[in-house]
Amino acid sequence: MQAATSHSIAYQGEFSDPVRGAQSVFRAVMDATARPGSIHQLADLCTPPAPLTASAAAIIATLADAETPVWLDSALARSEAVRDWIVFHTGAPVTVHQDEASFALVAAPQSLAALNGFSLGTQEYPDRSTTLILQVSDLTKGAALVLEGPGVNGTASIAPSPMPLHFAAQWRDNRAGFPRGVDLILAGPGCVAALPRTTRLAQREA
Amino acid sequence: MTALADMTDTGKLATYNFAYLDEQTKRMIRRAILKGIAIPGYQVPFASREMPMPYGWGTGGVQVTAAIIGPDDVLKVIDQGADDTTNAVSIRAFFAKTAGVETTTATAEASIIQTRHRIPEMPLTEGQVLVYQVPIPEPLRFLEPRETETRKMHALEEYGLMHVKLYEDIARNGHIATTYAYPVKVEGRYVMDPSPTPKFDNPKMHRSEALQLFGAGREKRIYAIPPHTEVVSLDFEDHPFEVQHFDQPCALCGGEQVYLDEVVLDDRGGRMFVCSDTDHCENRCAAGHRGELAGDDLFDGKDKGVETEAST
Amino acid sequence: MYVAVKGGEAAIANAHKLLAARRRGDRQVPALTLEQIAGQLALAVDRVMGEGSLYDPELAALAVKQARGDLIEAVFLLRAYRTTLPRFGHSEPVDTGKMVVERRISAVYKDLPGGQLLGPTFDYTHRLLDPDLAGDQPCEPPAAETDSGEPITRVSDILSSEGLIEDDPVSDPSAPVADITRNPTEYPMGRDGRLQTLARGDEGFLLALAYSTQRGYARSHPFVGEIRIGEVDVEVMMPELGFAVTIGRIKLTECQMVNQFKGSSKAPPQFTRGYGLVFGQAERKAMAMSLCDRALRATELGEDIVAPAQDEEFVLSHCDNVQATGFVEHLKLPHYVDFQAELDLVRRMRAEHAAREDADGFQTGDTREAAE
Repeated sequence: MQAATSHSIAYQGEFSDPVRGAQSVFRAVMDATARPGSIHQLADLCTPPAPLTASAAAIIATLADAETPVWLDSALARSEAVRDWIVFHTGAPVTVHQDEASFALVAAPQSLAALNGFSLGTQEYPDRSTTLILQVSDLTKGAALVLEGPGVNGTASIAPSPMPLHFAAQWRDNRAGFPRGVDLILAGPGCVAALPRTTRLAQREA
Repeated sequence: MTALADMTDTGKLATYNFAYLDEQTKRMIRRAILKGIAIPGYQVPFASREMPMPYGWGTGGVQVTAAIIGPDDVLKVIDQGADDTTNAVSIRAFFAKTAGVETTTATAEASIIQTRHRIPEMPLTEGQVLVYQVPIPEPLRFLEPRETETRKMHALEEYGLMHVKLYEDIARNGHIATTYAYPVKVEGRYVMDPSPTPKFDNPKMHRSEALQLFGAGREKRIYAIPPHTEVVSLDFEDHPFEVQHFDQPCALCGGEQVYLDEVVLDDRGGRMFVCSDTDHCENRCAAGHRGELAGDDLFDGKDKGVETEAST
Repeated sequence: MYVAVKGGEAAIANAHKLLAARRRGDRQVPALTLEQIAGQLALAVDRVMGEGSLYDPELAALAVKQARGDLIEAVFLLRAYRTTLPRFGHSEPVDTGKMVVERRISAVYKDLPGGQLLGPTFDYTHRLLDPDLAGDQPCEPPAAETDSGEPITRVSDILSSEGLIEDDPVSDPSAPVADITRNPTEYPMGRDGRLQTLARGDEGFLLALAYSTQRGYARSHPFVGEIRIGEVDVEVMMPELGFAVTIGRIKLTECQMVNQFKGSSKAPPQFTRGYGLVFGQAERKAMAMSLCDRALRATELGEDIVAPAQDEEFVLSHCDNVQATGFVEHLKLPHYVDFQAELDLVRRMRAEHAAREDADGFQTGDTREAAE
């Protein structure tokens, strides 16, 4: 009760229409996952406490609940208001163990140590893996990634920023473990793109 | 004893959530759909709910559709390729009532098409989602009834048994005797059941522009094929995969290279062959195409179709 | 042309009107009330609550009425309603030792603390149709028993105090309890998930499997340790209060089967357990469930799996009658597209067969037609 300001932030900022908001955000994430490289506007957003962004908050509010532990990177975990917001609006337990997280929220992708510390699923249940939601400031002005694979007609291009260090090599390793692996959702300002584990990075630059 | 009072006094049961499912169920299904798209052809277990229609009657497809549909969607539902089959009518009415969405019979106008046993003849386009109702999602089930075993076979990519089965068909019958639910390999990894569509439709799955989602309610599995994904029907070098071929065109619209239904006209062997995809047939007829049994008066107005012809 | 008819919607609406009329029956006869169904067809209502896994006699009575007495259809109606209900939490384990019993019998002791209490049973009735029941003859009130206040100890507790029966199979009390309605099935299933599945399983299916174990397909030398039917309190832990609060009372049937003893060079012999617990008065179901539970413990008890009743995947994936009836009955949906595919292949193969025979110079005539 003493942290009244933090609490009032935590109780606000959900979708104005939760049913419709979750549906429209989900469709954007689904289409983004089905067509890697494509960028989809998010029509409905949340207004969470910083440094959680409106897009990432809308995505986690859409997908997480009491059945899905959420891991926060240190930039987010430092904020009690962010933790409270997630717990209050989704009911998801916050975990400190990367490998038991259903979702990982990453405010500073450039500081993310490694992708393979998260749950990669098992050979028999590759779906039991972590989905990372990376907060990026931009989807078109970073270093270009040329994409191939399911969902891509020939090649597609996307240029998110910031991204984890040595991303190309990390992503190649992630791809090599298929069907095990993590999937990435890139939450840009008001928009979303995705890199499912099937997506390959083409060698040449765009 | 209060539940009934709620139902009768306040009409509580009549007020469902948008698209019937509660939000928690939708979230669980949505998560499974995303995993399915990320691992094409892999069957994602999900906590399928009882639906207000029986298991085996499309509960998986209905749950998938309910989890993705929004107020701006336009829904088409087909069964056996036709919009007017009773179960398609029933499912379409379910969503018209619970989600208030616009429905259509026109393939080109639909953003979501839920289907049982067919893929529309018209190539689907980017932005469309095809939702399949699946009775038995496991392609290896008839070779190995145990889930514990088939799960291992998928994990180890051990699909030899399937090839042996198909080859035994050839040895015995001279043909691969599987005519529907013909197994495919997705993106070179998972062997997948395309649902009981005739194998005629298998090539339409390959590199489709549309997202394909599969829901098996009773068996509690969801799987997916993203657009532009390799979907290859299993075969052998000396017995390549081939689709059914019909000797005559559609008797109503004259269409060729389409899947036809055989309609028995009398008890003396009289029969006609007509398009299974009713929307495709109607479009062709509207464009002036005529098959040999199509009378000029057959397609006057909106009341057109097989029944008129078959009952004469 | 029952499928391709235009105006399918009108046909469906008409069929449903006809159904409503048939359900109502002769309008000269008063309609059944839910009180009549819940009160006078109570065992049908109990079965629907058990297999529908929703404890609500009034709604179950409505389901029975709506289903025209088709109990599997009624179970389905109740399940489809249940699945829409919000999940507020879960109860504390019910204590059947504190049950207010209406019936309690044991086959393993002649007499025991709390006594043998027959209760409202068909046992020892002569199954002669009773013409008096055709009308509304007054029935004699039963003798009211004064409660002796004697505790009715569970037979399994009596046996275990002597170490004669195995302890309840160990489970981690801190582990979350399975919920088969919220999680997809995974084999092998824990005993919690298995008992949940059996509790809502079809009575007929479990009865037949239980019977098969008695006839030698995984024999387990069962004795009815105890059957008790009565009401227990349902308590829910209130985290805000720090203690459990009683939210209501439900009627249950519990069957504890005492089975084949087992021992080794290290452990002295002990009887083993099979357990059944069902909503309402459902003695046949609880007994069948306990026999199936015992059979399904084969792996845990180091027994060879030799019979259908011991086969976890087989029993648990086929005992749900809502799933089973849906899939069996879906065969009446149109399948003509797939049938066309089969027709085409069979015709082609027959033509090839005929061509081969002709080429071989055989004149088979009509026998070829009959060969399919």
